[in-house]
Amino acid sequence: MKKIFKYCINQVAFYLVLIFFALITAAPFLYMIGTSFKGQSFIFEYPPKFIPDQPTLRNFIVAWTSRRFDKFFLNSVVVTLCSTISVVFLSSLMAYGFSRFQFRLKGFLNGSIRIFMMMPAMTLIIPQFILASKLDLINTLPGVILVYIAQNIPLCVFLLTGFMQQLPRELEEAAEIDGASPWEIYRTIIMPLSKPALATIAIFSSLGAWDEYVWAMTILNDPEKRTLPVGIAAFHGQYLTDWGVVFAASLIAITPIILLFIFMQKYFIKGIMAGSLKG
Amino acid sequence: MIDAMKSKILKNLTPYLFILPGFAFLLFWIVFPMIKAFQISLFEWNVMPNSSSIFLGIQNYVRAAKDSLFWLAVKNSFFYALATVIGQLFLGLLVAIILDRIAHGKIFFRTLYYLPVVTSWVVCSLLFKFIFNSSPAGLVNYVLVKSLHLLPKPVTWLNEPGTAFIALYALGIWKGIGWTMVIFLAAIQAIPEDLHQAALVDGANEWQYARKITIPLLIPTIVLTSIMLTIGAFQTYIPIALITRGNPIHRTEVILSYMYEQAFSNRDFGYGSALSYILILIVFTISQIQMKFKKEENQLY
Repeated sequence: MKKIFKYCINQVAFYLVLIFFALITAAPFLYMIGTSFKGQSFIFEYPPKFIPDQPTLRNFIVAWTSRRFDKFFLNSVVVTLCSTISVVFLSSLMAYGFSRFQFRLKGFLNGSIRIFMMMPAMTLIIPQFILASKLDLINTLPGVILVYIAQNIPLCVFLLTGFMQQLPRELEEAAEIDGASPWEIYRTIIMPLSKPALATIAIFSSLGAWDEYVWAMTILNDPEKRTLPVGIAAFHGQYLTDWGVVFAASLIAITPIILLFIFMQKYFIKGIMAGSLKG
Repeated sequence: MIDAMKSKILKNLTPYLFILPGFAFLLFWIVFPMIKAFQISLFEWNVMPNSSSIFLGIQNYVRAAKDSLFWLAVKNSFFYALATVIGQLFLGLLVAIILDRIAHGKIFFRTLYYLPVVTSWVVCSLLFKFIFNSSPAGLVNYVLVKSLHLLPKPVTWLNEPGTAFIALYALGIWKGIGWTMVIFLAAIQAIPEDLHQAALVDGANEWQYARKITIPLLIPTIVLTSIMLTIGAFQTYIPIALITRGNPIHRTEVILSYMYEQAFSNRDFGYGSALSYILILIVFTISQIQMKFKKEENQLY
């Protein structure tokens, strides 16, 4: 009896702590949602309110129509799709090479991949900028995409190689006896078996591309070419900040990622554990 | 005979054919920039095309060593790392330990706590800039002054370096708790449940169990996580760029914000590259500690 009582007390205390943290986590988001539905004169209302008295869709309409947010959204979709597809394709080829063959430079190439993983991305921004100018890639989406591909490959190769090494070899050996080429084995055996790991790297590289700010901000000056993070930051920078529009835009930008996270949580968690990577 | 040789060469080439396309990207956009950045750091680099740059040797590095604003940025990065790493570790651990013990709703809480991690830095930074607004109607001011009566009057958070860093630390910790929680939760779930039952039978309470069993078993995870968090913290840029822009008068600059300003506002690519290399050096040094620790841990088991 005493034991059950103690258990209940503990559980109540646990839930109180967890609810406290849940409130701290959720409050900024809820306030952002509330603010995005507020009219301009209510943004700094006193006392601050989470639920607006007179909710309006004005901020969403302004963001989407007069501030070219539709364009930013489309640019981000293009950048994310192109870089993610390329990263998944190129990294899976590399991981297959690393996990299934013995060759002279293997140790060296593998080691260099590990070093690239550790490189802080922003430290290469100056030479990358010079390179992009030489190739006339400033103010172009391909310029953004190419660097995202290079930034994401090392980690994805690392994760995929680890996964592919654990795959059973029987199917491949059978296929080899039947005369299948390495390319056929990659396409018909390895790729289908690697689906869970491919989903994980696809999620992480799209998240990276969708949220990346520094490189895109550095090479995109033309407002027509902006991606979502650059566009949102620019809403903030323009004259007096119209916070309602900033948060309406932010809300539109983060919704796809949050839905992706909620429905694909399994793959997120796997990715974090495998590479201990940061979202 | 020739056919046999051909097929042997082809066979030796096969792995390279798979690796080459992706590696070409890395050569072009990472290896070449790594070398180029070092070269640039030795020059007073002229940004204009077709104009020559002046070779300085290690002058840019010497300049960094004497630049008090750079040292301030290093100090700020260091304290940012210290505060946010401790905050994320402690709170992430607390939440993970409790989350492991509750009967229902694990997935719900885990999902909720993880939301800030998947939300972009740009959005989170603007959001914190807004809630740490100086006006009495700013959310943080209102809660601390009116709801909790912890402060006598509203604070102009972002105007002073000290209070601005409180806002920046708060953002860094708030955004990272979910990540450390997931790592710790996985490590905790790997501890056999029998240990817990046995401890409870022996009359230990939950707090004693956490302190005597869970936390000691998590030490390797805690150390590795803190090293990874430290490396991440030294690379902070977006919150500074969007919240304080290094103001007031460079007092809130961190390494990367100072580097970016030197490179892209002052167009001093040479000095900017030298600062980048100093950061690379810092990050690689910390990574070496991590490697060493990983090795020792492997020997342990």
